[in-house]
Amino acid sequence: MSDTALPGSKNPAARNFFSALQLDTRLLGMIGAFVVLCLVFNVVTDGRFLTPRNIFNLTIQTVSVAIMATGMVFVIVTRHIDLSVGSLLATVAAVMAVVQTDILPDYLGLGHPAIWILAILAGVIVGIVIGAFQGWMIGYLGIPAFIVTLGGLLVWRNVAWFITDGQTIGPLDETFTKIGGIGGTMGETASWIVGVLAVVAAIGLQLASRRRKASHGFPIKPVWAEATMIAITGIAILGFVWIVNAYDIPKARLRRIFEAAGETMPDGFTTGYGIPYSVLLLIVVAVIMTVVARRTRLGRYIFATGGNPDAAELSGINTRLLTVKVFAIMGGLCGLAAAVAAARLGFSTNDIGTLDELRVIAAAVIGGTALAGGVGTIYGAILGALIMQSLQSGMAMVGVDAPLQNIVVGTVLVLAVLVDILYRKRTGE
Amino acid sequence: MTTPLVEMKDMCISFGGVHAVDHVSVDLHPGEVVGLLGHNGAGKSTLIKILSGAYKADSGQILIEGKEVHIHSPRDARHHNIETIYQTLALADNLDAASNLFLGRELTSSLGFVDDDAMEAETRKIMGRLNPNFKKFHAPVKALSGGQRQSVAIARAVYFNAKILIMDEPTAALGVHETQMVAELIQELKKQGLGIFLISHDIHDVFQLCDRLAVMKNGQLVGTAKTSDVTDDDVLGMIILGKCPPGAVPGPGAIAEEAASG
Repeated sequence: MSDTALPGSKNPAARNFFSALQLDTRLLGMIGAFVVLCLVFNVVTDGRFLTPRNIFNLTIQTVSVAIMATGMVFVIVTRHIDLSVGSLLATVAAVMAVVQTDILPDYLGLGHPAIWILAILAGVIVGIVIGAFQGWMIGYLGIPAFIVTLGGLLVWRNVAWFITDGQTIGPLDETFTKIGGIGGTMGETASWIVGVLAVVAAIGLQLASRRRKASHGFPIKPVWAEATMIAITGIAILGFVWIVNAYDIPKARLRRIFEAAGETMPDGFTTGYGIPYSVLLLIVVAVIMTVVARRTRLGRYIFATGGNPDAAELSGINTRLLTVKVFAIMGGLCGLAAAVAAARLGFSTNDIGTLDELRVIAAAVIGGTALAGGVGTIYGAILGALIMQSLQSGMAMVGVDAPLQNIVVGTVLVLAVLVDILYRKRTGE
Repeated sequence: MTTPLVEMKDMCISFGGVHAVDHVSVDLHPGEVVGLLGHNGAGKSTLIKILSGAYKADSGQILIEGKEVHIHSPRDARHHNIETIYQTLALADNLDAASNLFLGRELTSSLGFVDDDAMEAETRKIMGRLNPNFKKFHAPVKALSGGQRQSVAIARAVYFNAKILIMDEPTAALGVHETQMVAELIQELKKQGLGIFLISHDIHDVFQLCDRLAVMKNGQLVGTAKTSDVTDDDVLGMIILGKCPPGAVPGPGAIAEEAASG
């Protein structure tokens, strides 16, 4: 009963610095854990962990799992689970590979500029259809999600095998492979432009929200708190751009690029990679999924159904159709993740995405998504994926044995959930 | 008398051969509170679920303001301005008061996005009227007390201009103070001309809040009476024995006087 957020009592003298900022303490804790993790690895590896090169690699390694983790948040929030995402990724990757190497070249000719986008579209559509089909079995036939997707885990892995006859398909279309990671980056100038636009957008949203709150007479944050938040966001965005720009393209590779363009490289010329297209894709997915979660009826119904399915039903929400939609979204995101994963390898293999279902679920859960349903955030899941990947790459850099790596990752997963449970008990959430 | 707000005539519903509701007729007038009493399994909740759209009657007729209507789903019931406050509250625990109040009927901005600020403003308005002490607008309803949760559930029914309110054990989970709050609210809603069906186990509540009462036993109507015309003991006799006292209008479920005394 201590919430003083009433019109009239504007409470400008906030209790302390942090409460005025109205920060999410859980997010802070996760960021804190992530920073500590990075610093420890940095010390142990003699400063090799926090180099622009390693940070760049970490982000592109995280993208595929992180894209699927945003969808897994919706699945888990509605009290379901999806064990089939890794296999689904393999099926979709196989479809995209066949479409771009076997089917489209016959009609458009090899290397046609539309091949990459048509292949991705085909993959995403297949992902959505398969996801919706699994969702239909869960929502309308009443088969538990665990069973449907456990079946899917076996089925889709081997459907992928049949599509490709067990062969590795490649090389993939040259433009297509650009969304894989290091092969497709924006360059320094474009990255700075994207960074500045993102900062402007963040400031705009903040001000718009403030104006809306003020127009209803709600309490608003003090100006300095708002300014601090904007400053932190801005530094984070521009700092990231600075880091990926600081990772220089190797000389030999640059020379090849210049030669391909028929020019000679000026002496002493250097340039950074900039933002990878795959990371840009992840950011776009994250923004869209966050908007869906917070600002659309679909998102509201997803969380309401997770909180109390009966209440949702009695409120006139079609919870069966909602299940189909949630799994269709998950399938579509598997399609995007498959594009990134296959493009990064340069070809589609049979074992692509193996064990990804566990990485994706772990990322969502470490990111604060509760298996009991109703609770979870998109940014949490992405941060969870980043923490998992950092742990894995960090240990690999240190030279920890592979079996021990998995033991550590498994232990961290369980501990993270324990910490989350203790946190919730203390805050009474 | 004026046209009743609701008339349920000759309602029947059975589940696997059991007549859960057997030729029951009740009515409700504007500004009136009618209590529905009976043992567990007497059929009162089932009867009311037909009106709120959760069950479909096998036979019978529902008239709203004199016109026959067909109610097949909770949405149909809402369409006829019938709102139900369920015993289990039917709130999503993880969402805040405003999200619950507007669940399934969100206010949206011109672009089609959910407008949380507008919903919060409306929630503050209506809660200011119903429960001025309510201040936790940003907490999930899980963090609220029983009374506060109940006022969210009631606000939800009232906000959308309900004419007919169904309350299933509204005070079952509440403390003394909170029960008082709900009682005051019911009086307030009565003044506004709503008709209220109140399902209760508590005879005390019924005498305090209701104008009339209807007693059911084994799926049949024992009788209806004005609360001023009967005593506590009369009502207990109706519930337990199915015996209709002189002050009440007997229904098909009432046993004959001789059988009761003999």
